[in-house]
Parts: sequence; C-alpha cells; structure tokens
Amino acid sequence: MHAMSNPSCQQIVVVKNEKGLHLRPAELMARLAMQYEATVMVTKDDQSADCKNMLSVLTLGAVQGTQLGLSAEGPDAAEALSAVAELFEAGFHELDAE
Amino acid sequence: MKFADFICVKAIKPDLASYDKEAVVTELVESLVTAGEIKTADKDDIIAAVMKREELGSTGIGRGVAVPHTKHPSVEKLVGTVGVSVDGVDFNSLDGEKVQLFFLLISPPERPGDHLRALENISRQLRDDTFCRFLKQSKTVDDINQLLEEADNNQFAS
Repeated sequence: MHAMSNPSCQQIVVVKNEKGLHLRPAELMARLAMQYEATVMVTKDDQSADCKNMLSVLTLGAVQGTQLGLSAEGPDAAEALSAVAELFEAGFHELDAE
Repeated sequence: MKFADFICVKAIKPDLASYDKEAVVTELVESLVTAGEIKTADKDDIIAAVMKREELGSTGIGRGVAVPHTKHPSVEKLVGTVGVSVDGVDFNSLDGEKVQLFFLLISPPERPGDHLRALENISRQLRDDTFCRFLKQSKTVDDINQLLEEADNNQFAS
C-alpha cells in the first residue's frame, strides 16, 4: 500500500434537461454527492459550486445546453464523479417526467 | 434578474404567524391574493399545486431558506413574495434546519428560464451572511423591502 493519496478526476458535462439546473436537479445532485466522501465541484465559466451545497449550485443558473466542468477529489473521487455525471446524462430523470 | 422584477412588495410578510408547511404556504399565497397578484378563485388551486411540488422533495435549500413554488396558468409573469418566520418552521430541509426565510414563486407555464434566473438571484444574494442575517431579523415590510433594494443594487453579493 502506498501513502494516503487523494485521487482527483474531472470531466465535462452538459445540462440536458429542458428546465436547466433548477431546484430539483440541485437537490438530487446534493443528495447523491453527499453519499460520497469526495468533494465534487461543478464549474461554469469562472464560477465554482460545491455539488453538496444546493444554494451554491443554484447560483450558477445553468440553463439547458450549458457546458459545465465537474471535478472530484477524495478517496472515492472516481465513483462520485461518475455518479454525478450520470445524473446529468440522464437529464436528472426529467426528460420523461411531467 | 433582480428582486424588484418578481417580488410583490405589497405581499411581503414579516412575522409569519404559521408554524407548519401548509399553513405557511397558505399564508404566503393569501398575501399575494390580498395584494391583487392572484385571483381569489385560483387560490386553492395554487396552494394545492405548491404543496404537490413539496411532495416531490422539500424546497428548503439550506441555511434556513425555502423556495416553495409552482407553475400556474393564471399568472402572466413570474410573481413572488417573501415571508419571514421569527421562530422558524420545520420544512424538511436538506440540512435539517428550520426555515426562517421563504421565497414563494408562481411562474407562468413554459417559462423555465425566468424561474431559473429568480432562483439564481435568490441563492446568490442569500450566500451573503450579512444579507441572510439581516433578512431574518427584519420586522417590517419596509425593512425587508429596503434589504431587497440594497441587494438589487449589489450592496451584498458580488
């Protein structure tokens, strides 16, 4: 085993759902990110928000089609990143709702 | 988007009397009715719609803030109001904290952009501790309106 390390990873995602990153997606993302130890940040231009903090995520005001950077750092960074990215890919499960 | 673009000053409620979720929502919607922003005939329907949205997940976004909302065809533009509860109301927030600040939003259908911009404005301003604290301590409509105006003039968040 090597010494304690903090893996990190990143990826670009696109807001696919029509209504953008509104309250429900922000909540889903926060609840999901909280299941991981890693810190997951979402970035729009020069603004970054902690995925576990809804208030912070909502300040991005990301509409449909916005490209966002995702980055994760921590022992389970890869898993956390792929889980959050999957949520974006699924359009926060809104595509078939309503 | 600024607070002045969607907050109806006449409907601002300092010192909310209610102590549970449905009562708070009712008090805020009734305030919009009294202010003339919503018709009396639509009141019950709007309250039911806001409560239905709450069932999908609480709109308590943390830091003692909630944004109960719904879409409704009776409004032509986004209308909203602010309510302050001195003691706080249990709103099943993500962080478990009681909610003291309520921003009720009623949007016309098919205008997701305006709703998103209102959320962006509310969350950006509330990230500022001073604004958040002052708002929670507000006792009158004038106090609240003045804080919203100061926020609109970028005196709090960057």
